[in-house]
Amino acid sequence: MNREKNKNVSSSLIHFDNVSKVYLGNSVAVENINFTIEPSEFISIVGHSGAGKTTLLKLLLAEEHPSSGNVLFESTIVHDLSKHERTKLRRRIGMVFQDFRLLSHKTAYENIAFAMEAAGREDDEIDVDVPYVLDLVGLRDKIWHFPAELSGGEKQRLAIARAIVNQPDVVIADEPTGNLDPVNTYDVMQILNKINSLGTTVILSTHNKGVVDILENRVVTLKDGRIVSDDESGSYHL
Amino acid sequence: MSFFANSQRIIRAGFNSFWRNKFVTASAILIMTVTLFIMGSLLFISAMLDSSLEQISEKVDINVYFTTDANESNILSLQTALESRDDVAAVEYVTQQEALDNFRSQNRDDDLIIQALEELEDNPLGAYFNIQATDSQYYEDIANYLESDASVVAGSQEIIDRVNYQQNRNAIERLTNIIQSLDTFSFLVIIIFALIAALIVFNTIRLAIFSSRDEISVMELMGASRSYVRGPFVLEGIMYGIVSALITLLLFYPISLWGEASTSTFFGGTGSFTYFVNNFGELFVILMVTGIALGGISSYIAVRKYLDI
Repeated sequence: MNREKNKNVSSSLIHFDNVSKVYLGNSVAVENINFTIEPSEFISIVGHSGAGKTTLLKLLLAEEHPSSGNVLFESTIVHDLSKHERTKLRRRIGMVFQDFRLLSHKTAYENIAFAMEAAGREDDEIDVDVPYVLDLVGLRDKIWHFPAELSGGEKQRLAIARAIVNQPDVVIADEPTGNLDPVNTYDVMQILNKINSLGTTVILSTHNKGVVDILENRVVTLKDGRIVSDDESGSYHL
Repeated sequence: MSFFANSQRIIRAGFNSFWRNKFVTASAILIMTVTLFIMGSLLFISAMLDSSLEQISEKVDINVYFTTDANESNILSLQTALESRDDVAAVEYVTQQEALDNFRSQNRDDDLIIQALEELEDNPLGAYFNIQATDSQYYEDIANYLESDASVVAGSQEIIDRVNYQQNRNAIERLTNIIQSLDTFSFLVIIIFALIAALIVFNTIRLAIFSSRDEISVMELMGASRSYVRGPFVLEGIMYGIVSALITLLLFYPISLWGEASTSTFFGGTGSFTYFVNNFGELFVILMVTGIALGGISSYIAVRKYLDI
């Protein structure tokens, strides 16, 4: 079932409004992208490498400016935001990357604490919340370990803990299972599902069919920078 | 979040990164120490060169010879007038009797001259001034002043027999040119080396921060403000500067002590250790400020490149 475009735009959390992005040399990354994401939704964006998944996420984080169209977060055009407003927006979005992107010279505790410090949280809150989220992802015993001392699955769980510690409105997971074995992939997906069940919107970008099959959530399929399907039942057309 | 608490976090993060990035820290400090050492050595050489040129300058003077019948009060008036000039460093007054005694002493082995002096009833030598200028370039002005009727105190013109500036003029001008050229040359060398040193330090720190570029972008994506991301890196750069300046000063102690004898012989003036001890405060401030500025500014610029996402 194809989703009706621009449905409930005013109440949507995120709205891609006819967005195109063309890089130098006329390389089209995404073209005429139209879809909305509702609060508490779990949406997967699937497509082969180069389909435009990462570009969409970068546009949402205002890392990139669209060549045309608008990306709206709660009716605010994100690429029109000032640097200060952009920083505030990013505090409402938790990011999980395929390559973890942990701060290598900080311990597990400090990696999570950094996200809280960046959001201006007080030290006593940090002292309480960091052990709590480490507990949630099963890393309490690794609290003083550096990223280099953790396995791939542990690193990704730490990255998720860092993404959720500020209780963001949205968690964006860009190929979070790309570097993980099936067991760790399953664990990570369980955690993302749990986060979503607590009311956080989750946007998952992946080309892993197995992951999408398990989820049975809404799937937007991208091909050559265009949306080829937007399906509530979790089917896709890769 | 208060400014104080924020600053405290930035300082803590800067210190942690300084200690934990051991290889990067050691490399940056090594390069910066070599740079500061070269700059400090140039300061040493420049100062010792100045000191030896100053000594040579002090050996240059012009002499004003007075007539044998010159009135001493007029000579003293002229001395006062000369000493009040800004371009005159010192005026040594050699009286007629002192001039004669000096002459006798210089020729004590020449019986003919001593005998001729004995036969003369009056002192044939006039009094004279040895005038030292504050800088060798002023000798011409002083000579012109002495030779100009209008500028000299009343009556003194008749008492001057001759001023030997014209005879010494070529030597004085050549010396002035050499001193000015050496001053300009040493200044240019210091500037060029300082620029090269700054570029080397900047590139070293840029390389150190390049290895953290992904982390910088992640910090920004987590919603950290630019100052919060930049702060620890700038602090780290400043710490490289402080530690490097301290190591450089520590290195200068034994090296300048070892070179004391040879430098004082070579430059004919102040030795390296004497200069180090006498100018320790100045060296400390120069090296510390240079180190802190190089480290801090280089880090600031290097981080800025990766901040704009």
